[in-house]
Amino acid sequence: MENSQQAYNIEITRKRGLVDRIFQWETLLGLLLLLVIVVNTAISPYFLSIRNLINTPSVFLDKSFLVFPMILTMVLGGIDVSVGSTVALSAVIMAVSYNAGLPMEFAILLCLLIGTVCGMINGGVLVKFHELSPVIVTVSTMIIFRGIAYIILGDQASSGFPKWFSFFGWGSVGGAPFLLWMFILASFFFGILLHKTTFGRKVYGIGSNRIACRYSAIEIDKITFIVFALNGLMAGVTAVFLTSRMGSTRPNVALGYELEVITMVALGGVSTTGGVGKISGPILSVFIIGYLSYGMGLANIQAPVVLVVIGSLLVLSVLASKTKLWKW
Amino acid sequence: MKPVNNLNDRGNKIEQWRELGLLSFILLLSVGVQLRNPAFLTVDNLMTLLTHTAILGILAVGMMLVLVTGGIDLSIGSTIALSGMITAITVSTYSQLPALIALLEGTLIGCGVGMVIGLLIARYEILPIIATLGMMNVVRGLTYVISGGRWISSYQMPTQFKRIATGDILGVNNLVIIAIIIHLIAAYFIRHTRTGRRLYAVGSNPEAALVSGLPKRRLIFLAYTIMGSLSGLAGVLWVARFASAQGDTAVGYELQVIAACVLGGVSVSGGVGRLSGLLLGTILLGMLNNALPLIKVSPFWQMGIQGVTMLGAVIMNVLVRRRTERMAMRKRPV
Repeated sequence: MENSQQAYNIEITRKRGLVDRIFQWETLLGLLLLLVIVVNTAISPYFLSIRNLINTPSVFLDKSFLVFPMILTMVLGGIDVSVGSTVALSAVIMAVSYNAGLPMEFAILLCLLIGTVCGMINGGVLVKFHELSPVIVTVSTMIIFRGIAYIILGDQASSGFPKWFSFFGWGSVGGAPFLLWMFILASFFFGILLHKTTFGRKVYGIGSNRIACRYSAIEIDKITFIVFALNGLMAGVTAVFLTSRMGSTRPNVALGYELEVITMVALGGVSTTGGVGKISGPILSVFIIGYLSYGMGLANIQAPVVLVVIGSLLVLSVLASKTKLWKW
Repeated sequence: MKPVNNLNDRGNKIEQWRELGLLSFILLLSVGVQLRNPAFLTVDNLMTLLTHTAILGILAVGMMLVLVTGGIDLSIGSTIALSGMITAITVSTYSQLPALIALLEGTLIGCGVGMVIGLLIARYEILPIIATLGMMNVVRGLTYVISGGRWISSYQMPTQFKRIATGDILGVNNLVIIAIIIHLIAAYFIRHTRTGRRLYAVGSNPEAALVSGLPKRRLIFLAYTIMGSLSGLAGVLWVARFASAQGDTAVGYELQVIAACVLGGVSVSGGVGRLSGLLLGTILLGMLNNALPLIKVSPFWQMGIQGVTMLGAVIMNVLVRRRTERMAMRKRPV
């Protein structure tokens, strides 16, 4: 497995000709996105308008902020299934501290801080006990974080935020939702981080050959820690947007977000074994899955079927990436 | 099996110490709980505890096999729901169906799901966490689709079906008996069959296993198939026990099963796991579930406590392992 993985990486980094460029994964994703839009238009004639296409994303963009650090995590060869619970915990703490008298601005900062701390706990445990796989650590912290959210709030909901807070989720700037602008901003930030900085190159390096990286004195521990902390930070950001959209929060919000996020990243062509992937693929798949669920909502398809579709998409996209569709 | 070398010998010894520690922790916890609530250490309550823990124990055996091969299965909660739902629908339609057939039906459904997962992981080499995360949702969705969102409740199930879980043989609940039988079979399978030993070989050193010609793919496929069959069986037992089948039956139960395994010293990186430890881990987790309400710990605390126990156990395993290796290095003849 180790050997085939390395061969695979070399193949990916080889210079590619025009035909290879056309048949690359991102092109397929683009076609898939077009297909989804066409099908949606067939279902509802109101779907295909510039205004609708720009405004719909705010329905699904809240969780998309988790996609960026998850790309880093999976390129690193890890995974983080605790992000949904981190969102719930930071949202609950934000709401409770606001209702306890903390000004909203500070509550938001606290929310981001709590998210980051959660991520740092994951990263810290992983670095300190490097024998442990990210799967088991984040599965345990997934229970712990949501457990703490339940301890704090029980089965209550917390709401009553100031009016301006709803701007994060519902406001629009220059004709497009605020969320969309923030998403574009985050895309640029993480795109540059992943593709244009030494930090990003090191993440790829660790993902494709950890041992070589250790001998090249790359700070594996520091980078792992930062990547998991980023996961937590973005979970905090998601918590702010999600709470703002819903107007209230409960300990069971963001249940199963990790599945959707991992699906988006895997569908975006990021290898689950590390070292392979680009930022553009997952960004496309955010919109594919987002418009897909929106379209299924339009067609009045029940939520369980959507569950089946997203689950199969995850499995099928990983399957497809194994069989290398573009090498006909 | 005779220990092969010094390190293995010492490893076994350390594992035994670890299990002794777990046992004394269980005893301490019982004494503590008993002091707070005298109703804990009664025959009645202990039988209830065992009955509650039986399903967990059955699943833990399957999960141990999966973890031993170096994998993980997050889909079992959904498999339980699917097999339970289909079986419940069957017995509510054909009320004359013998209980044994119902058990068999559930097991076969679980087996089917397990085979699909095994195929994805063994044949197509999808990471276990990804494949089972995906299948978890596919199977859960299927459960809702098949049931149409309905519940099958107690009055729709024939008595003989419910007796699977409420009946007893010689005063011992059927669930406990089934769990004991499965543990015995597993003990034989793991220690005395070639396939059982090979599962451990694949988990502890995949490359070496492949080089020595072990059918790695088939073994991994087998582990997930067993896991699936056991969750299918557990699904029927679950539905018979709670006399209700719902779309959200056993949501998140996989985490408890994994927690029981890591508490019992099963390594999540593969190759390590003993049934004796697993049994203790299962009982400890069952006690946490049973005893916490008895000493009036809010149910909202349970999730957090379980999570912390799980993380603590995993870290403990690593520390024990490090110590073992360090000591083995020191004892090595120069």
